[in-house]
Amino acid sequence: MIEGLLLRTALVPIIACAGILLGLLYRGLDRVLVARMQSRVGPPVTQPFRDVKKLLLKENIVPRDAVGWIFNSVPVIALSVTVLILLYLPFIGMEPVLEGHGDLILVIYLLLIPSLALVLGGFSSGSTYATVGAQREMVTMMSYEFPLAVASVSIAWIISAANPGIAAFSLGAIAMNPAWAAVGPLGLLGLALLLLTMLAVMPGELGVAPFDVAEAETEIAGGVLVEYSGRNLAMFYLADAVKAVVLGTIVIALFLPWGIAGSLGITGMAAVAADAIFYLVKLFIVIFVGSIFIRAAIARFRITQVVKAYWGYATFVSLLGLLLISLDMLSRLL
Amino acid sequence: MKSRDFSRSLWVFHLNTGSCNGCDIEILAALTPRYDVERFGMKLVGSPRHADVLLVTGPVTRDMEDKLKRVYAQTPDPKVVMVVGNCGNTGDVFYESYNLAGPADRLIPVDVYVPGCPPRPEAVIYGVVKAWKLLEEGKRR
Ligand code: SF4
Repeated sequence: MIEGLLLRTALVPIIACAGILLGLLYRGLDRVLVARMQSRVGPPVTQPFRDVKKLLLKENIVPRDAVGWIFNSVPVIALSVTVLILLYLPFIGMEPVLEGHGDLILVIYLLLIPSLALVLGGFSSGSTYATVGAQREMVTMMSYEFPLAVASVSIAWIISAANPGIAAFSLGAIAMNPAWAAVGPLGLLGLALLLLTMLAVMPGELGVAPFDVAEAETEIAGGVLVEYSGRNLAMFYLADAVKAVVLGTIVIALFLPWGIAGSLGITGMAAVAADAIFYLVKLFIVIFVGSIFIRAAIARFRITQVVKAYWGYATFVSLLGLLLISLDMLSRLL
Repeated sequence: MKSRDFSRSLWVFHLNTGSCNGCDIEILAALTPRYDVERFGMKLVGSPRHADVLLVTGPVTRDMEDKLKRVYAQTPDPKVVMVVGNCGNTGDVFYESYNLAGPADRLIPVDVYVPGCPPRPEAVIYGVVKAWKLLEEGKRR
């Protein structure tokens, strides 16, 4: 018991550092790949590390009109909560560090907090641009929440139906029992639609184009972040980067939880290494489809179009997926 | 300040103080695939709070005088100011016009001058590199 606790405590800083490193690496890859897709050379992959290092050196300005304590505390909240979510997520076949202390529902609620922190930061910075950005961020947040919830609940439903008596919302259990194996052809189609919804929700959660209305630099000069500089900006930057890893890992846990070691017949440390590499590959693919490619391919939507895309299309697709899954379940009951 | 802290990470805020847009187009040209300043880690940002380099174009009209000073104050230290185009350097064809408050270095301290009407993107990039050197050497706070 005590040993388990010690092990878990030792894992916390490792996971936090790995999350931040991976997040920054993703940011670097994002910039290089987008540049290549626009037939530019682009910055080196290490660019985000340099940017963060430089931001930490810069002066940290708190505007005269800002509410100082909120303005300064929300970047810390955003970063720490994003890292905290990592502790609730299963990696490479391991149980989450905080398994048993919170489940998928909690993670979905926690995912709201970095966005809420952005909103609060925007409102407290006393700038018109930031206020407009904060309102847009709120609207975006409310729009993608429903499809995200439908997708997660459907997965939990499938798993609880297939394995009675299991803690269906526990992310560890979800990652151990791939939902794809538990459904028939109709359900497979439904799951594919749900995966599509999750991938569509990702750019909204991350605030990248085409859903970067809250930060729209060319319209509202950086939106929610307009007044942030130096250390505070660096913390938001890091939180954003880690959030990509968080979302990627959630998609992997819900939809692509397989390891590779079992099918290759490797055991011991080699198996962990193989699974870790496989996890990184999966993470890259999910982030590439859900963020990098979309960002390069589509220009920014207007805020009304964002709402329509999420409340309209994404919700419709996710409900369709849920309907197909219900039909699948019913057909097997009969 | 230790050297190389700003190594290849320069965020540039571009302020138009009444230029004819000739210079601004050349600055945008520096971002296109042909010149691609992002290779060197340079990035145009939307807010002066994020910037390391304040890039000023245009002769500074009366209307922009106050704004230029405020944007300068809003940029966090350490920073450098760079003026692009003959307008910003000397007033150019608008020299001694009744509605000018500029050129820019009458209102704020300027570190790098890039002449030309408009300067070529190469010249703009060269100017940014000079600005970067100034930041590295800590010439400005
Ligand atoms: S320097 Fe020439 S191109 Fe540049 S703003 Fe002035 S007139 Fe236009």
